[in-house]
Amino acid sequence: MSDHAEQSGHGGHVVPVSTYLLVFLALMVGTALTTWVAYIDLGRWNTVVALTIAVIKMILVVLFFMHVKYATGLTRVVILAGFFWLGIMITLSCSDELTRTWEIVPQSWLPTTNMIIPMISRLF
Amino acid sequence: MSDLAHGAHPQGFAHQFEDIEQQRDAGRLGMWVFLVTEILFFGGMFTSYTIYRALHLESFIQGSHQLVVKYGATNTAVLILSSLTMALAIRAAQTGKKKGTIIFWLILTMILGATFIGIKLRFEWFRDYQEGLIPGVQWFYNGPHAPGVRMFMCFYFFMTGLHAIHMVVGLGLLTVLVVMTARNKFSSEYYTPLEVSGLYWHFVDIVWIFLFPLLYLIGGRYQ
Repeated sequence: MSDHAEQSGHGGHVVPVSTYLLVFLALMVGTALTTWVAYIDLGRWNTVVALTIAVIKMILVVLFFMHVKYATGLTRVVILAGFFWLGIMITLSCSDELTRTWEIVPQSWLPTTNMIIPMISRLF
Repeated sequence: MSDLAHGAHPQGFAHQFEDIEQQRDAGRLGMWVFLVTEILFFGGMFTSYTIYRALHLESFIQGSHQLVVKYGATNTAVLILSSLTMALAIRAAQTGKKKGTIIFWLILTMILGATFIGIKLRFEWFRDYQEGLIPGVQWFYNGPHAPGVRMFMCFYFFMTGLHAIHMVVGLGLLTVLVVMTARNKFSSEYYTPLEVSGLYWHFVDIVWIFLFPLLYLIGGRYQ
């Protein structure tokens, strides 16, 4: 009965148990890795590495546990739109808050990397 | 299965849909629209956390050192495991397993979810209370950057608190699912409530996947 359902696909796309276990294993390794790397001094790269691992873990959960790999195009567009709006919210809010102290004097009309990098570096 | 062979609609089929697959797609899409609002809801907190961390970096590093990494890491593992058991519960329904199997995975998911909240309450929040790290309730902290650490702890309690409320809601959903499964509401054709509740559970897991590094790890642990 169950084998029949798996083959005929009446119940939608059925992900093999082995895939779930592999994703679970990858997520656990990611958790261990991000915890371990936090104790190593990488300067401002600590934040970048931690968030990169978190994003990879998120993508694994979304694609496999949440079945988005097998979802319709419409669902994917809705999800991407959600993350795009999140990006707008974070980027525009930061571009406001983190540039308020920039001087409104002629020097700032020619923003050099010397001025921009210190502001961006405060994020990490 | 047998009712399909006779051309009848499966249990749970709503007649406005062309077929059961279209109904399942509509359910997933609707849940994702809700989850997008949740992404932006938590996103507001992540945004303000990012900005205030940039403005008060030293304080936030000091604040992060007040948290215990081993409990955060343990809870991350517990939540990831609960996501696996949730996925297996849905798979059991998809493949037409006996309802006992579905209920087993659902209850295991609930136990893991409750373990997360238990660790959070007993070893983290209660400890914070004892050490006077809860702004406005119990505050003894006298170390460096005290005002900034206070702000960090506010962020910590609002973000983890909101996440824990979502966990409690998830446990409520799982309770309903156990009852529905026991009453034979699901089949390998119709399991939309299981699937969309699963999406919610995984979403809450993802929020924690970001909270853990942001709150516990990136505060210069190597110092």
